[in-house]
Amino acid sequence: MDDLVIRKIRENNVLTVIAEGRIDTDTTPGFDADVNSSLDGITKLVLDFEKVSYISSSALRVLLDLHKKMTHINSRLIIRKPIDPVTEVFEITGFSDILNIEK
Amino acid sequence: MELIKKELDVEANVNKLRTVISFIDKQLEAVSCPMRAQFQIELSVEEIFVNIASYAYSPGTGMAQIKTIISADPPEAEITFIDRGMRYDPLAKDDPDVTLPASQRKVGGLGIFLTKKNMDSVSYEYRDECNILVLKKQLVRQ
Repeated sequence: MDDLVIRKIRENNVLTVIAEGRIDTDTTPGFDADVNSSLDGITKLVLDFEKVSYISSSALRVLLDLHKKMTHINSRLIIRKPIDPVTEVFEITGFSDILNIEK
Repeated sequence: MELIKKELDVEANVNKLRTVISFIDKQLEAVSCPMRAQFQIELSVEEIFVNIASYAYSPGTGMAQIKTIISADPPEAEITFIDRGMRYDPLAKDDPDVTLPASQRKVGGLGIFLTKKNMDSVSYEYRDECNILVLKKQLVRQ
């Protein structure tokens, strides 16, 4: 079973986080800490989910927190290219109405 | 009709999540479960197991038993979770309001909500001092 690998690219005030693997109860705390440690001065946060094979509700908690945090400082959070089953998790929970999702 | 039955006794601890998911995956992969159904089953199993691990014996520890039955015709998985912890019916709670704006959102209850939406059936009973929760899902393309 794949774990989670995170790569971060910062260009000016844009942070792109490329995640690969599973964002579950095990890996969510590390993902949360890793992303949050890099947000200083960021006005646009892109989470590239193309290679995220799985998320559970633990990931939703972090995404909601990040969304609120970014909105609070007039910045944007974008979820890029989630696979279909991940998109379905967003749709069932109404997160597709809250999050900016780029297909 | 072909039936494959397996059982796993595991400490109800979140650090055993990977053990539980691997146990489930092995059986789903053996019957070539479609990817989407497998995703939905993994998600539901995680939500139920993490709930048991987090609350059933809190602040102590205890065991969880997971029984699976994979039947062939129609292809279906039945997954039963048994614990001897505090009596708790996760289905008794109201569904979360998934139409609220972000500022009013609470994330509690989304796990069991996803489980109810993704499984064909979820049932709970309390018998012989055990919480017994059963998930059923047909292993077909949707």
